[in-house]
Parts: sequence; structure tokens; C-alpha cells
Amino acid sequence: MDNKIRMKAENVDFFYGRQQALKGIHLDIASNAVTAIIGPSGCGKSTFIRLLNRMHELVPNAVLTGRILLDGKDIIAPDVDAVDLRRRVGMVFQKPNPFPKSIFENVAYGLQINGMKDKGKIEERVIESLKKAALWDEVKHRLHDSALGMSGGQQQRLCIARCLAIEPEVILFDEPCASLDPISTHKVEALILELKKDYTIVIVTHNMQQAARVSDYTGFFYMGEMVEFGRTEVMFTRPRDKRTEDYITGRFG
Amino acid sequence: MNRRIKEKIIEGFFFLNGIIVIGILVGIFVILVRNAWPAFHDVSVGDMIKWPSWNPDAYTTPTYGILPMLMSTLMVTLGSLAVAVPVGIGAAAYLSDVADPRVREIAKPIVEILAGIPSVVLGFLGIVLVGPMICKLTGRYNGLNAVNGSILLAVMALPTIISLSEDALGSVPRSYEEASMALGANKWQTVIQVKIPAAASGILAACMLGMGRAIGETMTVLMATGNAAEFPGSFLGPVKTMTATIAIELGEVAYHTTHYYMLFVVGLMLFIITFFVNLAADVFFHKHTRAR
Ligand SMILES: Nc1ncnc2c1ncn2[C@@H]1O[C@H](COP(=O)(O)OP(=O)(O)OP(=O)(O)O)[C@@H](O)[C@H]1O
Ligand SMILES: [Mg+2]
Repeated sequence: MDNKIRMKAENVDFFYGRQQALKGIHLDIASNAVTAIIGPSGCGKSTFIRLLNRMHELVPNAVLTGRILLDGKDIIAPDVDAVDLRRRVGMVFQKPNPFPKSIFENVAYGLQINGMKDKGKIEERVIESLKKAALWDEVKHRLHDSALGMSGGQQQRLCIARCLAIEPEVILFDEPCASLDPISTHKVEALILELKKDYTIVIVTHNMQQAARVSDYTGFFYMGEMVEFGRTEVMFTRPRDKRTEDYITGRFG
Repeated sequence: MNRRIKEKIIEGFFFLNGIIVIGILVGIFVILVRNAWPAFHDVSVGDMIKWPSWNPDAYTTPTYGILPMLMSTLMVTLGSLAVAVPVGIGAAAYLSDVADPRVREIAKPIVEILAGIPSVVLGFLGIVLVGPMICKLTGRYNGLNAVNGSILLAVMALPTIISLSEDALGSVPRSYEEASMALGANKWQTVIQVKIPAAASGILAACMLGMGRAIGETMTVLMATGNAAEFPGSFLGPVKTMTATIAIELGEVAYHTTHYYMLFVVGLMLFIITFFVNLAADVFFHKHTRAR
């Protein structure tokens, strides 16, 4: 692998109560690269990506064994504060989920809860984040309108801006384009490629072309296990495993 | 039987129920108006407002000032809301988002039991428990006052406010909560800054319904507030609410006297106030369900 490894899953098993959702996952996530996770519905992609910022703790009866490392440090360890971790590892969800507040407030929220008080600074950071998320030009005249009045694609970019505002190091995308039209999808993909320069990115996607377009590495999940992992262009041209080949050629999924 | 006819019959049944309910409501209103009407021949609206006291038994000139009791009801109601709204929303937020599921399983039925306590029992507690406590804290001789009534009514309004606010919080989309947590917010920040604003209209409806309960409550305030007909001086002075006035006096008043009619005027006012409070609650509630 060419890039430095930023995050690492080591022998991760995960259960919802008694039902096992992930089995013995080993996965390296390279710094300043896009790592895609693909696989059929229900194979555990969302489950896995949520472990990376401990969102699984919101689910009652979730049980996790194994280690997940960020810069070599186990983030599951009890002495690590989930709140601190989530400031370093941000997340964008499948369905755009802006708060029922104004566009400005949506981006400012993360700053405020993290203790930023200086109004000028907040405003500066909000503008900067909206620009980074390629949304500024579309919303600069309506910053105080409700975020719910925006199009789906704009809402998703707002969610990205909201995530960028707190300056995370890693950004997790769980099917960020699943509910977007092709033009919005294109914008978000372009944005992800742009963000790769400064961030470490993990993206779950159902869309093979999307994985091929945006990612450097791809992991193929199947029924809770990671079947294959490697550089994207290799996996899409010469898959080693029969199941990977069947999936990417569309024989099941 | 043919399905269409069956459907028509069912539809008719529900329509009839609706008509009956509306009929009862209108009927009550008409009875109140008819019994209140003659009062306006004897007493002018200006006097009702100008008179400083409600003193129907005065030997020379009885006075029927309605402002003292309106003020009393307002004070006791707002006082109870000042206690019940923050406590109620706080408890709802705790139960819906912070409490351990086991705590919630125990606490929810307790809240519901609270709703079932007869108002006489609460009034009794007002006399033997809250009253003496107020005396101790303030150094007064009499603990039967607006504060006492407010505290008791707050206890009565709390179950409504807690359980309806909790429902409203529970219906906030989970995705808001996830978004907030993923930005590094803790549970309390998420509840206070995201969930409560998102559930605001539902919570407002809950508070309005709690308020409706407080305005209309009779027995508790009658027992705990001291019942002085004068214009209330302070929260620590005795007050006589509209409900208490009606309950105390209607049993003893001579039929078809000015006093009798005036009590119906008071009843009519109470009816109108509670009607609008409940209507407002309903409007907020629908706004809440539509916003989702
Ligand atoms: N909160 C939960 N409680 C119990 N089981 C769950 C929960 N969330 C997911 N599961 C189960 O875990 C398995 C993996 O689900 P997951 O959502 O990770 O799949 P996915 O790969 O993201 O699928 P999709 O592509 O449809 O989003 C599924 O069998 C699912 O039913
Ligand atoms: Mg998923």
C-alpha cells in the first residue's frame, strides 16, 4: 500500500444482540485516499462504517470485539471519549439529514456545541465550510432560510459542509448519493475527490461505477465478512474471488 | 350485505358520534349563555370589570367584580406552569433520551399513577404538607395561598406534560439525533438543541393541555388557596379562583338572583377560556404532526 495507514480494523466481530453482523474483519484505511466498501444489501457495510466513529453505541445491545485503531490507538478502549472521537471522525449519512434550522445554523451547530463562542469566527468557518462543500454560491443569499427548503443534493452538500466545519480528519460517507439525482451525484463525487487531498475518506456505495470513479481502494463485503480488499483498479479488473467477480459483474446484488 | 352499504353504515355511525359530541358541547354553551344572560340586565359589563371585589353577600350594595378571580385563576395557572413546564420538559427529555431503559420502564407507570391521584388527596396534601412548608420558609401564619395552589396544580399538570412531551420527542426523526451525535454532541446537547426545537409544537401542545387542566381544576385550588375574595396582592396571599368561586357558592345561592346569574357568567368565561386553550393546543398539535 502506498499511503500511510490512518485507520485499521483488526479482527472485528460485531453483534446486534445475538445476531452476528460482522465476522473477523481486517481492513486498512489509507490516509488521504478514498476507501470504498461495496457489497450486497444487508452484508454489513453500514454496520462496519458506523463502528469507525462509534455510532454503533446508539444501538442497544450492540456487542463489539476486536480492535479499531486510529493512528495506532484503539478507539474502542474505554478511556477514549466517543465525543472526542466523533470530532475527529465525521460522518455523512445516506439520507440527507439537515436539522430543521437555517442553513447557517446547521453548519454553526457543530462549532457551537464544541465550545466556539466568537461570532465572527463562527461565521468565518461557516462560510469557509460552505465554500469547501461547493455550496456557497447557491446559498450565500439565503443563509437564514430553512435548510429543509433546499433540494436533496443541496441538503447533502450542506451535511458535508456541516461535517467539514468541525475539521475532522476522517470522513465517513454511508451511501451519500443514494437519494440524489445524477447531477447532484456528480457534484458530490467531484467534491469527494477534492476532499481527498485533505482528508481520509471511507465511502459505502451500492454503485459499482461510483466506487470505480472515486475510490483508490475497495473492500468487498459479503454476509458479514470481508471477501476481498485491494486497489480499486485491480479489484475491478482482476478480482481474485469468485464472489467478488460475480458481484461486480452484476450476477447478484 | 353489500359492502358499500356496510361502509355507509359504519361511516354514519362515526358521523353520528361526532354530531353527538358537538351537540353536547353546543348544548353546554347554550345553557351557560341562557343562565348567564339575565346577569347583564342587573350588572353592567363595566361594573363587573371596575368593581374591586366579588362580594355578593354585602348588606348594602353587593359587588360582582370579576377581575379578582380572573387574576387569581391567572396567577395560579401561570404559577403552576412556571413549575410544571421546566420540570415536565426536563423529565420528558430525561425519560426519552437519557434514562437507562430500565429506569424508563419503572418511571413511566409512576408518572401515569400520578395522573390518577384524586384532586381531593392533593388538596389535602396542600393543607397538611405544602402549606406548613410555605409557612416555615416565609414566616407567614397562613400557607394557603397562590403558591400552594400553583405547586399542587403543577403536580396535576405534570403527567400530561411529561407523557405528551415524551411522545413528541420520541417522534423526532432518528436521523436528527444521529446527525447531532456524529458531530460530537453529547446526549443532553442533542436533546436540548436539536430534539426539543424539532418537537417544539408538540411540546407546546402538551403544555397547553396541561394548562387546560390547571385552569379547570377545582377541588385542589379550593382547598389550598385560602379563598379570599379580594384582589390578590401577591403570590403569597390567599386567592379565590373562578372554579373555587363557582364550587363554593353555586350550592348555596338562591335561584334566579343576580348572584346566581353572575356565577353562570363566571362559568361561561371559564368555558370560553378553556375552549380556546384546548383549541390552541390542537392547532399546535396538528402543526407538529404535519411538520413531520
Ligand atoms: N439496529 C439493528 N438491529 C438489529 N439488526 C440490525 C440493525 N441494523 C442492521 N441490522 C442487521 O445487520 C445486518 C447488516 O446490516 P447493514 O445495515 O450493516 O447492511 P448494509 O450492508 O448497510 O445494507 P444496505 O446496503 O441495505 O444498507 C443486516 O442483517 C441487518 O438486518
Ligand atoms: Mg447500509
